[in-house]
Amino acid sequence: MRAPTCLGIAAISAAIALAIGCGGTGSSKTNSPQGTAGNVQPISVSLGPNGNYANGLFTSVTICVPGSSNCQTISDVLVDTGSSGLRLLSSAVSIPLPQQLAADGKPVAECLPFLSGYTWGPVQTADVVLSSEKASSIAVQVLSDTALPVAAGCKDIGLPSQDTVQTLGANGILGVGELDQDCPACSETGSANPGLYYECGSSTCQATTESLSAQVRNPVASFPTDNNGVAIALPSVDGASLSANGSLIFGIGTESNNGLGSAQVYTTDQFGNFTTTYKGNSYPGSFIDSGSNGLFFLDSASTGVPVCGDASGFYCPASTQNLSAQNSGTNGTHGTVNFSIANADSLFSNSVDAAFADLGGPSAGVFDWGVPFFFGRTVFTAITGKSTPAGTGPYWAY
Amino acid sequence: MNVLFHNAVDYRKKPLVFGLGVGLVLLATVGLAFGSLGGQASSVQADALHAQGKLRSIPARAYSLHEIDTAKGILLREYVSPAGRVFAVTWQGAWMPDMRQLLGSYFDQYEQAAQQHQQAHPGRHPLAIQTPGLVLTLDGHPGWFIGKAYIPDLVPQGVHAEELK
Repeated sequence: MRAPTCLGIAAISAAIALAIGCGGTGSSKTNSPQGTAGNVQPISVSLGPNGNYANGLFTSVTICVPGSSNCQTISDVLVDTGSSGLRLLSSAVSIPLPQQLAADGKPVAECLPFLSGYTWGPVQTADVVLSSEKASSIAVQVLSDTALPVAAGCKDIGLPSQDTVQTLGANGILGVGELDQDCPACSETGSANPGLYYECGSSTCQATTESLSAQVRNPVASFPTDNNGVAIALPSVDGASLSANGSLIFGIGTESNNGLGSAQVYTTDQFGNFTTTYKGNSYPGSFIDSGSNGLFFLDSASTGVPVCGDASGFYCPASTQNLSAQNSGTNGTHGTVNFSIANADSLFSNSVDAAFADLGGPSAGVFDWGVPFFFGRTVFTAITGKSTPAGTGPYWAY
Repeated sequence: MNVLFHNAVDYRKKPLVFGLGVGLVLLATVGLAFGSLGGQASSVQADALHAQGKLRSIPARAYSLHEIDTAKGILLREYVSPAGRVFAVTWQGAWMPDMRQLLGSYFDQYEQAAQQHQQAHPGRHPLAIQTPGLVLTLDGHPGWFIGKAYIPDLVPQGVHAEELK
């Protein structure tokens, strides 16, 4: 069941396939060139720093005090195509990064909501190095509830804070999604501003506008080259596996190893979504997200698949369900995705496994194509406004 | 902040005769200062006011639907039972709504359940809260959030959770 297979790799463009080995042994999977090219960052599905993460896709990130050789490498940073920008636990950062200050001299902080919690903390500046690529002097978020007082507007989201390794399950989040700056509307004045950025006094923080150039930024977008998007290549996983090793490749069609090949381009809407159709019903607002740890879709009433008894947010069918759905880009491209949903309680009963191809759960009326979607595929994410051989981002291609 | 809650009426047993009208009623955004889920129908207006949003109300079978387009570009939908109670709210848009306002007296329950969910299930995935008193789902990613919350005991008979969008 866990024997290594390279079948999925055949679908990858020839250029990438050349660079890819199949070095998996035992129940661990690899299709990574392991950083042999300057635009390739090794990534791995592992149990993470707490030893209990299911389908967590991690990498290491090097940060430096801007313009200096004072650097450190932080491991176990989650690779997330669903967000944009680098966020690191304060406890993981040991070098003195300069604090961003507002015009009035007050420190700037950000509140970014995710699903399982929010990230809060000061906006600081760093050089970010991934493989041989460097984003110079970009804003990053340092996660801490104590460095600056958590804004009331952030607490009113009602989600828990994620500023420790226990609550985040990682040392940080590397957002390599479709945006360059993480909140374009935050640069607007007036009531349309969602108010994610704050300037802080000693006891309270006030929402503020944040110019695009000052916002937390997708590091890839500010690389000198290979800056129009990323590809994530992971091996196929048959059932469950101890780990899965792959590549985060920078640039789309910029080097010999990142061509689109036969990948189909699915353009996305203003929210970064496309439409998934399942059993004749269309679900706009669906998306691909390497930061989601399963295939999340619809609910038990719509799918007939029962959730687990412990209300864990996963599906627990009596036997593995083989399902099919169709994705459609806003450009009219469509294609069928076959997927399987196994019993999550059974999957988790073997606590040494980290990678699960058939892990899924209910959503809120959409399809959320998480890490299992990436197994056995190369998935491209093109950044908004960036030119690529297949047109201007944003889009996904696979 | 929300005290308009609970008399022990079982709304499932009430007759469900609501108009099939498709009329659009524009209501002034002058409301009372109460939160929404579980509150009286009048709290919908308070939500619209709080969100600096535009409100339109659409009578439908078995409930009336009130939509609020907020200034921040979030679409809120509030479902009011024939008995005049907000039994469900949904939201979608680039960012999260003010959940404290939207969930009213249910906010603390949601906050606690979200905390437990995070502790029990490491990893980033949609929020799925299923308690006898509150069902809430949340999915999306930064730049896109979609969610739904309802009170099972207040959902009118014949209304299925899937149709609350």
